[in-house]
Amino acid sequence: MIFLNLAIWLPILAGVVLLALGRDDNARAVRWMALVFALASFVVTIPLITGFDMTQAGMQFATDFTWIERFNAHYHVAVDGISVWFVLLTALITVVVVISAWEVITERVSQYMAAFLILSGVMVGVFAAVDGLLFYTFFEATLIPMYIIIGVWGGPKRIYASFKFFLYTLLGSLLMLVALVYLYIQSNASFDILTWHKLPLSMTAQTGLFFAFLAAFAVKVPMWPVHTWLPDVHVEAPTGGSAVLAAIMLKLGAYGFLRFSLPIAPDASHHWAWLIIALSLIAVVYIGLVAMVQTDMKKLVAYSSIAHMGFCTLGFFIFNSLGMQGAIVQMISHGFVSAAMFLCIGVLYDRVHSRDIAAYGGVTNTMPWFATFAVLFAMANCGLPGTAGFVGEWMVILATTGFNFWVAALSATALIFGAAYTLWMVKRVYFGPVTKGSVSRLQDINAREFFMLAVLAVAVLAMGLYPKPFTDVMQGSVDALLKHVAQSKLS
Amino acid sequence: MIHFTSLPIYPEIFLLLMASVVTLLGTGASQARQKTTYVVTQISLGVLALMHLSELQLAQTVYGMQRMVVIDPLGHLLALSATLATMITMGFSRPYLASRDLLKGEFLSLAMFSLLGISVMVSANNFLVVYVGLELMSLSLYALTALRRDHAVSTEAAMKYFILGALASGFLLYGLSMMYGATGTLDIPNVFEALHKGTVNQQVLTFGLVFIVSGLAFKLGLAPFHMWVPDVYQGAPTAVTLLISGAPKLAAFGITFRILVEALSGQALDWQQMLIVLSVVSMTLGNLAAIVQSNLKRLLAYSAIAQLGFMLLGFTPTVVDMKTVLAANGYSSALFYIVTYVLTTLGTFGLIMVLSRNGFESEEVSDLAGLGKRSPWIAGVMALFMFSLAGIPPLVGFYAKFAVLQALVSTGNHGYIVLAVVAVLLSLIGAYYYLRIVKTMFFDEPADPTPIRGEVGATVLLALNGLAALGFGLLPDGLMSVCRDAVLKAINT
Repeated sequence: MIFLNLAIWLPILAGVVLLALGRDDNARAVRWMALVFALASFVVTIPLITGFDMTQAGMQFATDFTWIERFNAHYHVAVDGISVWFVLLTALITVVVVISAWEVITERVSQYMAAFLILSGVMVGVFAAVDGLLFYTFFEATLIPMYIIIGVWGGPKRIYASFKFFLYTLLGSLLMLVALVYLYIQSNASFDILTWHKLPLSMTAQTGLFFAFLAAFAVKVPMWPVHTWLPDVHVEAPTGGSAVLAAIMLKLGAYGFLRFSLPIAPDASHHWAWLIIALSLIAVVYIGLVAMVQTDMKKLVAYSSIAHMGFCTLGFFIFNSLGMQGAIVQMISHGFVSAAMFLCIGVLYDRVHSRDIAAYGGVTNTMPWFATFAVLFAMANCGLPGTAGFVGEWMVILATTGFNFWVAALSATALIFGAAYTLWMVKRVYFGPVTKGSVSRLQDINAREFFMLAVLAVAVLAMGLYPKPFTDVMQGSVDALLKHVAQSKLS
Repeated sequence: MIHFTSLPIYPEIFLLLMASVVTLLGTGASQARQKTTYVVTQISLGVLALMHLSELQLAQTVYGMQRMVVIDPLGHLLALSATLATMITMGFSRPYLASRDLLKGEFLSLAMFSLLGISVMVSANNFLVVYVGLELMSLSLYALTALRRDHAVSTEAAMKYFILGALASGFLLYGLSMMYGATGTLDIPNVFEALHKGTVNQQVLTFGLVFIVSGLAFKLGLAPFHMWVPDVYQGAPTAVTLLISGAPKLAAFGITFRILVEALSGQALDWQQMLIVLSVVSMTLGNLAAIVQSNLKRLLAYSAIAQLGFMLLGFTPTVVDMKTVLAANGYSSALFYIVTYVLTTLGTFGLIMVLSRNGFESEEVSDLAGLGKRSPWIAGVMALFMFSLAGIPPLVGFYAKFAVLQALVSTGNHGYIVLAVVAVLLSLIGAYYYLRIVKTMFFDEPADPTPIRGEVGATVLLALNGLAALGFGLLPDGLMSVCRDAVLKAINT
């Protein structure tokens, strides 16, 4: 279908056009063009949700033709009730990121905007790919623009961060490549993911595949103990880079579990579920504690992202419809909330040029409008009912209670830790008397920043107050996935 | 185009004629004469490319010159790629050489003669023809390396290249004579049949094989026969480095295929073991040594060693589990690999020439610092090449690597799967130094912020080259099936 292909290729082509036209002296025109392209790329994703057939659990809006005959690889893109949300999320976050860079990025504007637009199209491609080789192509291609974004517009240690990001994730995905080739041969030369879903596999093969996929996706999510790249990268990346990384790129890993690990190796997934649950709980509890002692705001939000993503992996591996829906809702809501948190830090950083919590205090006195938004997003981050952050965590905890009380009890501590580190940061940054000269000179947000934060605030509140549309669309696909995972593939 | 069945080697005859014409034309010293020579050279190469292209589309296998040469799609594909590579080389080299007063008739005519050698090698059906072609190519290249004759490093590189090259040719010739002793024939199909019958003295055969493989490994620049590669790449004028790093690799692939696969596939169990060792050693050494290089040309030389090691893996699954499978899959992936590698490498050296200005060689990695600011387009194209060499999709280098890996893994043999994993891990090391070049271009500050304006023709060529690296990556299907058909035709006859 045309709209899904547009959602992939329109931003990529737009990025190329910006690269071709952009010069240092027409930055203003480039910004407007980037915004128009980003909006257009978002608009073309809307028919995907309005035209979505909720009675159907399978793939919709499919385009399928032979891409590389030698490998029997197809250009096969389609979305189901799960991936369609991430297509929309990606396009929306790209619009916000383009706005966020407006006055902040003054050097090589066209390259910056183009990198984000191309990245956006490539990430939509990851969510839409139904062919293993195509998926891998998109999955790896995301590294190139992100590497450039971190390395060119990042902080002082950007080079270290960009290399760590690239090589760490490349190592993980190469193991996935081995798994893809193995599946290709087992399935008599097919790269079709849906064929792989039906492929009977021995327990040994499933275990091997499960861990190969785990290597790629655990690094991307990231799960403890392969999470160490994320705080380093977040700290050095520019605001937009951090927002996209937290909001969408982490979801690529979590999405991989849903598309590959669970349906291709269901028996191994059941067998090793305890491992994932244990790692998720470590992420929720231990990383939550780590977040508490951070003095750098970006690092704090980075660790909080790892803890929140722990909820997603936990929700997947308790094999329960409520839990899985909760995990997916958590992925979407974390997309809004983490992007908003990083943008808020960006707003402060642009003015004060510090990410240290200690450099602030009493911001609410000088920036009341901004503080309102920031506190709202902080509340969403700790999972206050009525915000998006609550829905997913609540669903996962509820489902986990049915699975095992103690696991649920441990995961529920996340609400406490989350509240602790977030609110403590809010207290130190936003409330209290103004003691720093830099804070007393702060100007409140302008219309552009207001608009950018308002878009996300509306999304956070809408999703928190009325999550039904989200769960309705994904219901069919989630149930079908769980039904599939419940069937053994051993033969 | 008319098809001369009576004269199947008409492209080579045409090339010989034009090379002679260019030699005569090139003797004139005036500027106008040099320009004419250049234009005549490019036009004749263009016509030659068209000849090979039309023959490639006919896809016939014809023997000519008393069965001394075979005219098949493989030969035409390699000759076509070599011709295009030479054309691109000349396009990049012209401004570079002209500004150094090196653009003389010698360069053009020697390059054409080396191309003639390549065309002869890739369609050889007889060991002697292989040797004649090889020498024609090599001697031209030795002379070209010494083109900058008042330059000590160049002269040293030329001497090294000549002595080691002659030694390797000797190795190859000695090995081929052993083959003659064992089988009593120099014709490739007859050698194949003699081996097939199994009445051959195995000892002589294996002894000769070792020499042949060493000679080929030298020509391909594989470790541990790689010593000449970094020195020659660094020492030769960049235009000549480009010439050496492009088309001759295709020729080396061609004779490796003709000798090892077409003639000696009966001995595959022996040679594929040697190739596995050569390839793993090359990938390890090339990738590790490249990390510490600060000279860009030297770095690319080590990168070439590693890349060709990877390509060679495509030859290894010939006998699997004691069964000869004649892995068309593997050979065609190696062919795809080498063609696309040459395309990428032309661009990288072309870029070095575009960046070089009068009296300034842009040879150090640090010379690229801040190129992303000075000339974003040139830097962008170079980044494409680097990501391609590192094997990141959607660039062509990934699909080339993937095809080789797929050929290895699809054997189902555990040894080959381990080999594939080793290759993947070693190329991860490789990714580091390619990324470092991208980092230097985009993340470092330029020492001198003035934009670099390359000569228009060379810049356009560079852009086309980069587009090809991306285009063959997004849509690799066409070239892959051409490679597969060529290999299938060559194996089945």
